[in-house]
Amino acid sequence: MVNPVRNKKLEETSGRNNQETISNGVKFEIHDLNIWFGPAQVIKHVNMEIRSNEILSVIGPANSGKTTFLRALNRLNELNTNYRITGAIELEREDIRGIKVEELRRKIGMVFALPLPLPLSIFDNVAYGIRMHGERGKKKLEEKVEETLRQAYLWEEVKDRLSESAFKLSGGQQQRLCIARTLAVRPEVVLFDEPCSGLDPISTAKVEDAMVKFKEKFTIVLVTNNVKQAARVGDKTAFFLNGELVELDKTDRIFTAPQDKRTDGYVRGKFG
Amino acid sequence: MKNPHITQNIAFFFLFLATLLIVVPVGFIVFVIIQKGLPAIDWQFLSDIPRHGMRAGGIFPAIVGTVYLVTGTIIFALPIGLLAAIYLSEYSKENLLMRLIKLAIVNLAGVPSVVYGLFGLALFVIFFKFGASILSGSLTLGIMILPIIITTSREALESVPYSFREVSLSLGASKWQTIRNIVLPNAVPGILTGTILGLGRAAGETAPILFTVAAFYLPQLPSSIFDQAMALPYHLYVISTQVPNVDEKIRYGTAFVLLALVLIMNLVAIIIRYKFRKRKKW
Repeated sequence: MVNPVRNKKLEETSGRNNQETISNGVKFEIHDLNIWFGPAQVIKHVNMEIRSNEILSVIGPANSGKTTFLRALNRLNELNTNYRITGAIELEREDIRGIKVEELRRKIGMVFALPLPLPLSIFDNVAYGIRMHGERGKKKLEEKVEETLRQAYLWEEVKDRLSESAFKLSGGQQQRLCIARTLAVRPEVVLFDEPCSGLDPISTAKVEDAMVKFKEKFTIVLVTNNVKQAARVGDKTAFFLNGELVELDKTDRIFTAPQDKRTDGYVRGKFG
Repeated sequence: MKNPHITQNIAFFFLFLATLLIVVPVGFIVFVIIQKGLPAIDWQFLSDIPRHGMRAGGIFPAIVGTVYLVTGTIIFALPIGLLAAIYLSEYSKENLLMRLIKLAIVNLAGVPSVVYGLFGLALFVIFFKFGASILSGSLTLGIMILPIIITTSREALESVPYSFREVSLSLGASKWQTIRNIVLPNAVPGILTGTILGLGRAAGETAPILFTVAAFYLPQLPSSIFDQAMALPYHLYVISTQVPNVDEKIRYGTAFVLLALVLIMNLVAIIIRYKFRKRKKW
């Protein structure tokens, strides 16, 4: 079943090589995306576009395909051997399968659900990505680490203990460290996979603040189980159900006047 | 109704008995070897060559031979075993062939060591014309301990949390960078455990070196890897069964030295492992 395309913009600019679209700030275009893990189809005929410098919240109940969708954008699903994909994901009109995967993942950073510091020091965690992309200069690394830790609102808390293990930080600090680590490689897009699911409300607020500030520089896709969080930070919200994109619209429209009954039911907390 | 307290006591009794059955004989063996062997240990015993048809003098050539063999074995087996383990755990696809290969490697660890000895004789001594030499012996022992090193290294690599790899890859690191910088450093303790096990086995086996390197009696030390050498386990076998009237003290002294040598090598590996474990931060 093909979903009617919610986003009218896509229909209007469906002609290829339309340079205007890029200047309008379309970051991702997704055409008829289908994803299977083994025999199970987890994403069904998804069409959408994601614009630059916007926060797109992706909501939906468990097993609705949100995380799979997110991990398709940086090709992290490919680590799974029984993964199959049809359709196309284009990053600025270039099919992501044509981009070198290391370069693609540098451009598209990801913050995971649980704080996942690498078993390294605080400094080395932030410097990891930059080092892997060839930067060895000590001075340059120090500058970059400080800059990104400041961006993630963590610098003041950790500046005197950079050589300590990242596991000594609290959960909220660890997650901001992970954000800093992602920002350090200068991504264009940052994917957040339920980044606050393990955090207390104050830490959550800090991460949300950071996200809203980041959208000046990055495109953000935020998968969240927390409908209120989607309402707070998202410019647009996409609602997934059973692998289908049910509705994608401006966040206030999704929450006040959704077009689909199922969206309405979900955001009002009737199921999911 | 069974009384849970009684069943608990019965279970405890058997668990404790089983442990005792292991600890007592092992402790007894070690005790006897120390008790009978320690008096033989003096500087002459450790540094002299065997004299009077091995009934007097020392065991220095055998100690040197065993050290050479173990060193050669590790130089050969550790890199190859580790690289194979990395391939099997990180790169190989999960299919029937790979499962068979992994199963075969695990089972190779159980092949009797004399079979490895024959294999070494046919391949290294005769086919490659290395002759009976330290090289042939090291390669044979190396092949014997490869399954141990591969299996334990694979387990060590696979025990590094998958999420670390995902994080590293998501930052744009290549697969090899991820293995090199994240997976390997955190797998070192487990890899060392496998190496310890392999070391001990290589130092103590007699059958694989019987046809490939061991000399009955050599008055001088080997001068190259193409020379034969004496080795402690084989020397022990010789003075226990082939040469009559060897003083018991010398036999137990030899066993004591072999035991101590393995222990010292293990200790070094255990210390390195401990250092790495302390660095482990999750």
